[in-house]
Amino acid sequence: MTERSLRDAVRAALADELRSDDRVFLLGEDIAQAGGVFKATVGLVDEFGAERVRDTPISEVAIIGAATGAALTGMRPVVDLMFADFAAVAFDQIVNQAAKHRYLTGGQCDVPLTIRMANGAGAGFGAQHSQSVDSWLYGTAGLLVVAPATPADAYGLLRSSIQEPNPVVFLEHKAMYGLTGAVRDPPAAVPLGKARIAREGDAVTVVASQLMVHRALDASELLAEEGISVEVVDLRTIWPPDLTTIATSVQKTGRIVVVEEATPAGGWSSALIVDVLDAVFDHLDAAPQRVTGDPTPIPYAAALEAAWMPDAARIAARIRSTVV
Amino acid sequence: MSASDASQLEADLALMWRIRLFEDEVQRLFTQNLVHGSTHLCQGQEAVSVGVCGSLAPGDVITCTYRGHGALIAMGAPLERCFGEILGRAEGLCKGKGGSMHLAAHDRGALGSFAVVGAGIPVAVGAALSAKLQSRDTVALTFFGDGATNIGAFHESLNLAAIWRLPCVFVCENNLYGEYSPIATTTPIDRLADRAAGYGIPGVQVDGNDVTAVRKVAGAAVERARRGSGPTLIEARTYRQAGHSRSDPGAYRPDGELELWKLRDPLVLAAKALQEMGYSDPELDRIRGEAEAAVREARGTAVAWQPPSPESRFEDVLA
Repeated sequence: MTERSLRDAVRAALADELRSDDRVFLLGEDIAQAGGVFKATVGLVDEFGAERVRDTPISEVAIIGAATGAALTGMRPVVDLMFADFAAVAFDQIVNQAAKHRYLTGGQCDVPLTIRMANGAGAGFGAQHSQSVDSWLYGTAGLLVVAPATPADAYGLLRSSIQEPNPVVFLEHKAMYGLTGAVRDPPAAVPLGKARIAREGDAVTVVASQLMVHRALDASELLAEEGISVEVVDLRTIWPPDLTTIATSVQKTGRIVVVEEATPAGGWSSALIVDVLDAVFDHLDAAPQRVTGDPTPIPYAAALEAAWMPDAARIAARIRSTVV
Repeated sequence: MSASDASQLEADLALMWRIRLFEDEVQRLFTQNLVHGSTHLCQGQEAVSVGVCGSLAPGDVITCTYRGHGALIAMGAPLERCFGEILGRAEGLCKGKGGSMHLAAHDRGALGSFAVVGAGIPVAVGAALSAKLQSRDTVALTFFGDGATNIGAFHESLNLAAIWRLPCVFVCENNLYGEYSPIATTTPIDRLADRAAGYGIPGVQVDGNDVTAVRKVAGAAVERARRGSGPTLIEARTYRQAGHSRSDPGAYRPDGELELWKLRDPLVLAAKALQEMGYSDPELDRIRGEAEAAVREARGTAVAWQPPSPESRFEDVLA
């Protein structure tokens, strides 16, 4: 085991894929010489050259469209979209084109495309550079949404995403690039579509993703002192979600709280609760609960942004409300 | 004119007849309510599909638009499978999942028909990038309409292909209308080929109703791309003889405009040129007659096919 940052894990996964598969190449704004806005691609151009680590103009539509075209013709492109909010600029190419091309052609092709993007709030970037776009994209048929919460998963899930024959949106939480964690030597791939039990417990199941996994773990620590045993499930793949792991956990605990960083309306947390009700309603001892960001744009000032985001205290309060 | 010019033009006219009669038949199927949805026909623009696709080599790829039946047929997609797709049959090109706006035939190099304006343009740029990265000498070509030259994807794509000097050819089919709007009301310049100048690439205008002229201009652009000299923008001036879609009678067109353009119908022009080369009326009738027979047979085959099983809707979402 080696202690690595999430940023290093991402870079290692990209390097290992570039090394092991000639079809893999990277494209995005400022990823080559500058090493990426979040420095996750530093040095890759030196090892793999400017053909395979390609700086692009600021042209999100053309970047995603070109990556799709390359994916249709034998390559495995990995796009760095920089801020996830910019998915809005390229929404047609992601949702209408890349996600649906295989289906529309009756399965004539695979679309092995990975789109990395820096997701989430907490870094003071304001309303247009802080959103969690999970819920813009989840549920789009033909598109996988993958989101690691640890450096080991960042490595393992990114390698699996690049090897996947389908388009994958890979969300890297921008407040977590410096987060460190143990990564195996050599690091291992992690299968898509499989959730992870981040903490075992028997009183309440808490499902979360990315930064919210860590805040849920913090909340679990607080509650352990009160004698409430919390099981934390890290989704890892947001779409399609691993309902089996979640249902199994809820069958054990009888309670569920879902934590989603985004605004409350229409999020994957709501949909997940409906799925849980369908699957294990008879096992529930309390109404399912959600914790989300507030229904506003994400504010800039540190005090406002911190209040906007779900934190350990807010999550703990909601968990407590399900066990009384 | 040499014998090979004549046989090339004869082949082009034969293919244009197939497209024309295919489109006429699609219109008939829709008005007879034999299929649902909408359709966007290309009568009048056949010379662009045939001249451009005829300049490509095996391994080259295209993307095209929802008005893409002509391009697919020109790339060699079987007529019956094109009909089958539009009719929503399991044997259709896309197993009935795409429909009239989404014909695709990857085995013929037709990567897809894109139904959001401009969306297929960057996809072709990516296919050209693929060729470059794989050191293949293939070319990617994209068809789009005049309306697409006002959408961001067009400009981003020209820019990207130009800075990377990609083997890509951009073919604007300027049929003078973006949906129902005349080009002059939406676009401040008349010569769309001039938009190439902003990206430092050649912009060429061609009479899109003259299949031989189209073939020549497209051939030069394709060869330029193939030898590594970068992309070209071609503006093929043509005319959409039908309305925008099946429900559009085209009432916004000035009186007499359609009639004037029909004098310059690409099939009429090609037939005239062949007559000047010595083709007799019976020979020209034979060319048309063979196309008629092929279209009739393909239609018959496709109509007899069954719709896909309802369960098949769950297939092909993910690989």
